[in-house]
Amino acid sequence: MKAHVWVMLKSTVLDPQGQTIQRALGSLGYDKVKEVRQGKFFVLDLGALSRDEATKQAERIAKDVLTNPVIEEFRFEILD
Amino acid sequence: MKFGVVQFPGSNCDDDAHHAIGAVIGQPVEFIWHQSEQVSGFDAIILPGGFSYGDYLRTGALARFSPVMRAVDRFARAGGLVLGICNGFQILLEAGLLPGAMMRNQGLRFLCRQVHVRVENTDTPFTCRARAGQVLQIPIAHMEGNYFCDAATLSELERNGQIIFRYATPEGRVDERNREANPNGSLRAIAGISNRERNVVGLMPHPERAVELALGSADGLVIFRSMVESLTRRGAERVSA
Repeated sequence: MKAHVWVMLKSTVLDPQGQTIQRALGSLGYDKVKEVRQGKFFVLDLGALSRDEATKQAERIAKDVLTNPVIEEFRFEILD
Repeated sequence: MKFGVVQFPGSNCDDDAHHAIGAVIGQPVEFIWHQSEQVSGFDAIILPGGFSYGDYLRTGALARFSPVMRAVDRFARAGGLVLGICNGFQILLEAGLLPGAMMRNQGLRFLCRQVHVRVENTDTPFTCRARAGQVLQIPIAHMEGNYFCDAATLSELERNGQIIFRYATPEGRVDERNREANPNGSLRAIAGISNRERNVVGLMPHPERAVELALGSADGLVIFRSMVESLTRRGAERVSA
């Protein structure tokens, strides 16, 4: 089982890197881009687990390790 | 009295902290390897600056899971003095021993320069020898020093006197929106905080790099001398008790 995990800064937290990318896009002519937010993407190979176990484990890993709950949030999906 | 300086893979201010305590202050000090599972025999622990575990994932995030941090957690919860400097502060935040989180510096640049911090609370084991409002010249060297916490945590920090240091002008004026006075954009210009019990303090500036005039400033000494004084007092209390 594999898991894909996305970690993003919470929408209430300022993302200066995203803003810098947005400004760079603007200077390249993409001036209609309203907002850029930068995040992290993880691919986990969880080994031989049931879908249920994989879901539980991916969620625990995302919550306890991959995310800092003060500033970040996550979502994930399980792939067969 | 014995100080311990924790060494993680990627720590790079461990020798500086050891030098400040041992050679400059003249107190016993030993290194503690990150694989150690206990820190018994120490009276104060310093988590030094650096780039533990290469700053992978998030600054301090992986160091938090090292064996020594379980021991440091027990030590802190039993009332032991813990000082986290720069990356050490980031580790304390990730470990939940201090509240909040570090964001990238507002200007997205690594900042390495002298700054001024104002002592906001002298009623802690780390600042008892400082004057209220005293301005210390201490260098910073970090990419992620932009302190952040939610509004509820901030008002709790303010209410409990847990904000120990703020970035300031050389005259001691705090100006959150001024990049000179608050170089990394920290919330309320916060440079250092303590836990509610005040036995755990983290700060981004490097007091161990400001302990001799040859280094440009000896203002960081007051922090280490405060620790020595409060440990001496603790020892005397223990003897008389």
